[in-house]
Amino acid sequence: MAVALILVLVVLGSILFHILSPWWWTPIASNWGYIDDTLIITFWITGAVFSAVILFMAYCVYRFRHKEGAKAAYQPESKRLEWWLTIVTAVGVAAMLAPGLYVWSQFVTVPDDATEVEVVGQQWQWNYRLPGEDGKLGKSDNRLVTFENPLGIDPEDPAGQDDIVIEAGDLHLPIDKPVKMLLRSIDVLHDFYVPEFRAKMDMVPGMVTYFWFTPTRTGTFEVLCAELCGTGHGYMRGIVAVETEEDYLAWLEGQSTFAELSAPQKLGAAEEAEP
Amino acid sequence: MSVILVFLAVVIGFSFWWLFHQKVMEKPWLEHGVHTALPETDVSGMPTAKVALAVFLAVVGSLFALFASAYFMRMDYSDWQAPPLPRILWVNTAILILASVALSCAVRAAREQRRKMTRLALVTAGLATVVFLAGQVTAWRDLAAGGHYLDMNPANGFFYLMTGVHGLHILGGLVALGRTTVKAWDDNVAAEQLRLGVELCAAYWHFLLLVWLGVFVLLAGWAGDLLALCRQILT
Amino acid sequence: MVDATPRAERDIPPAEVPELELYHPKSWWTTYVFSQDAKVIAIQYSGTAVAIGLVALVLSWLMRLQLGFPGTFDFITPEAYYQFITMHGMIMVIYLLTALFLGGFGNYLIPLMVGARDMVFPYVNMLSFWIYLLAVLVLAASFFAPGGPTGAGWTLYPPQAILGGTPGGQDWGIILMLVSLILFIIGFTMGGLNYAVTVIQGRTRGMTLMRMPLTVWGIFTATVMALLAFPALFVACVMMLFDRVLGTSFFMPALVEMGEQLSYGGGSPILFQHLFWFFGHPEVYIVALPAFGIVSDLISTHARKNIFGYRMMVWAIVIIGALSFIVWAHHMYVSGMHPWFGFFFATTTLIIAVPTAIKVYNWVLTLWRGDIHLTVPMLFALAFIVTFVNGGLTGLFLGNVVVDVPLSDTMFVVAHFHMVMGVAPIMVIFGAIYHWYPKITGRMLEDWMGQFHFWVTFVGSYAIFFPMHYVGLVGVPRRYPEIGEAAFMTAPVDNLNAFISVAALIVGFAQMVFLFNLVWSLRFGKEAGPNPWRATSLEWQTPTTPPPHGNWGDERPVVYRWAYDYSVPGAPEDFIPQNDPWPEKVAARPA
Repeated sequence: MAVALILVLVVLGSILFHILSPWWWTPIASNWGYIDDTLIITFWITGAVFSAVILFMAYCVYRFRHKEGAKAAYQPESKRLEWWLTIVTAVGVAAMLAPGLYVWSQFVTVPDDATEVEVVGQQWQWNYRLPGEDGKLGKSDNRLVTFENPLGIDPEDPAGQDDIVIEAGDLHLPIDKPVKMLLRSIDVLHDFYVPEFRAKMDMVPGMVTYFWFTPTRTGTFEVLCAELCGTGHGYMRGIVAVETEEDYLAWLEGQSTFAELSAPQKLGAAEEAEP
Repeated sequence: MSVILVFLAVVIGFSFWWLFHQKVMEKPWLEHGVHTALPETDVSGMPTAKVALAVFLAVVGSLFALFASAYFMRMDYSDWQAPPLPRILWVNTAILILASVALSCAVRAAREQRRKMTRLALVTAGLATVVFLAGQVTAWRDLAAGGHYLDMNPANGFFYLMTGVHGLHILGGLVALGRTTVKAWDDNVAAEQLRLGVELCAAYWHFLLLVWLGVFVLLAGWAGDLLALCRQILT
Repeated sequence: MVDATPRAERDIPPAEVPELELYHPKSWWTTYVFSQDAKVIAIQYSGTAVAIGLVALVLSWLMRLQLGFPGTFDFITPEAYYQFITMHGMIMVIYLLTALFLGGFGNYLIPLMVGARDMVFPYVNMLSFWIYLLAVLVLAASFFAPGGPTGAGWTLYPPQAILGGTPGGQDWGIILMLVSLILFIIGFTMGGLNYAVTVIQGRTRGMTLMRMPLTVWGIFTATVMALLAFPALFVACVMMLFDRVLGTSFFMPALVEMGEQLSYGGGSPILFQHLFWFFGHPEVYIVALPAFGIVSDLISTHARKNIFGYRMMVWAIVIIGALSFIVWAHHMYVSGMHPWFGFFFATTTLIIAVPTAIKVYNWVLTLWRGDIHLTVPMLFALAFIVTFVNGGLTGLFLGNVVVDVPLSDTMFVVAHFHMVMGVAPIMVIFGAIYHWYPKITGRMLEDWMGQFHFWVTFVGSYAIFFPMHYVGLVGVPRRYPEIGEAAFMTAPVDNLNAFISVAALIVGFAQMVFLFNLVWSLRFGKEAGPNPWRATSLEWQTPTTPPPHGNWGDERPVVYRWAYDYSVPGAPEDFIPQNDPWPEKVAARPA
């Protein structure tokens, strides 16, 4: 009796906690509302199954608990019932899988007009690189990383000269423009994770990984590292600011290119000569 | 991971075939009582040691299939540079084949209960295997002398690693072979028992020869070439 | 002299396989320490697993103290925290769960349940335990090594696992961990050969495969999977050891650590992940399948009803075992592998949910129209269903590739796998111990302590892990020693974390009652008799309890029926043991 009651309470408690608790995902700030939708579908289906199975179990425990002189029924199997349950389960699984795969195919198909933005992870800070006026990122290699060239940009590649380098600073992005985040690491695995964007991907040294999204809400968002990367993992935070086009361009003005950073003396000389 | 998946498909396929012959489709609650139980000990007539060896070889096979998978996956990266194949590997291969042949002879001799012939074949196999191991060490030294050290390139790493793991398995086999050879000299050991021991050794040797041929093909680069060819045909 | 054996039995031809000759221990040392008796080895395995498991339990308290009350405990630095989570995870998954289910329950139950006198290779079986013990000692030694144990996370992902930014990466920690794992795998292979071959070759007369209890099916299938999957971990460990000690670059790309170019280059961390999870996913089922099997027998025995759909249950175990080898990359959806793999692995992963769901239905349907005795083992079995269904369903979130993207690497994952492969199998372990303790010791475990232990453990662990999903939904990543307050949180999680920590401590201390019960009942427990649960399977039919070395006295039992003849219409009692020839002449019986 008490057992059946507690089983019912487990189900009710879980549902109530789900509905009433203030802990829920953060409001979305990207185009991946579909991901939230598939999550909701999954919640409904799994919630229904969980409640049904446990409540049925509670009923059995209540109804068929041992009584003096009672004897259990003898029924080795029921093919029909098992087949029906298999089919119903398969349908439920398909109902979760189909939308999931559909959204995944969007997730992996980067639109052609997406701007490339590179994120370079390092123990334990975030660096960024934006393509300069040519709209192209220059080649890079971890072998080229030095104190003066923290991102390992190839100085021989002309496309890299106008790249904007942000070392351990904030990233700004224009609103409503799709971006393809190119992810690199110069030491260990990291994972670029902004809860509001929903998307995330590991950064693997020696490889360039990517994901894409479109920011849909202005504001500043916290970047966290979501792949264990050593002692400082929990403190590897950063900021992404999503802004209107004007604010973004204004911010962009103030950033330095790779050429400027790698030749500071020359730059200083040029500035002096200018006025 | 294609190599290990193919290997597992074979193992799982065999397991399902075996299960299927164990009446897993029957309804066990209907066949109760003495009448149906009478003749049934569905345990196979095979000696337990042979079954165990078969299971163990599946584990060894899985190990090497995984090494091969890792080899293929690592090979795709740009820094891969295969070391030259030491010539002596050809000789070693021949010697290992000789050991396998000798053990086949030993099996035949043991089945026909010819003790002396069994002893001779066992000793030949043992000596050939020792020579094989010495040859493998020589191959390592040749490579090292040519400046191809373990940490210089992943291809070198795989060379030392896979030949080393294979060698360790051979070494383990030599212990069993040694014990069987001692038995062959002991007249108190029944012919049946000796035969089983010899058969087990032979099966192990044949399997390790097969593994070695696989490793050899891999290290020589032919497997990679073949793979590249397949890819070309496919695309 | 009257021949007491039933007529039918005399007619049965001798088994085709000659009985193995038992090694007869001569001294105290060979009886209790270097014993070749599977039952003694089982207890040695279990004792060692529980001992190292207690270390992992204490580590989990320390972690929870840090998470619940960050900043309060100065000695829990981030380094220490990462060492705690790593050792906790590795110990629980490998050295406790795998060793206890296969080395402990496997050793004790397989020979008894299939009617064998012992494992087929007792000497190898003994070696297996001693190598396992050595592996545990090497692992424990890393606590005392300079630099402490590794803090690379239980997944040991390179490159960080062998670099200086991770505790133990450039010290002894990671080396000892890898060596210990290699030893464990060697030891396990020796044991595993025994478990598998004993099921294939050691069954007594009449014990066809389809008459075996599901416990044996579960452990057998898990063993075969482990034999094939552990080599992947072995390969990964050896190659990483080479990278760390000999300077090869199997997994190591060119990288810059703390401003310094390292000599590594060209390798692939993803390669390690493939190898690791090729072992790691089957490992989940290596733990789950024995639990599935055992819980089936607990439910059937204590509900006095045959397990519903026995054949489906067997097929499901085998199919889950086979499928679990082609789902590994669902742990790697956001690892940077080619995104097209996502389609394949999401599909296979969700397909595996179908046979698993069937097992759940069949457990619950076994209760339907049963005669449910709410004994402590039964309570734990019910708790298993609750936690397993919960944890299994959240697996559908994480297995469905796009749903996994926001949730992966958050506390949701931690909550999911603790529920499904932490709490659920441990419920089965507890249930199994309450169930078989009378056979092992001859005495019952004290019931009120068992009830107390059950309620605190079940309600407590649900209270730990159910809310933890929501910490993850909020967006809190896993493996953070503290999260603090962040702008993305819809509500601060510190109260929830503190609540979870308190629950964890309470559950942890309730285990002390259990341990006390184990010791106390050994002396003061009620006498159990040979078959206190009135169960059908062979281990309850031994001539003496606890069963001696050799198990069966003069004659091995002969099996006449499957393991689930409960409440058979017309039978004198509500159970018919497997070795009972009733009725000698078989009457037609409703199917």
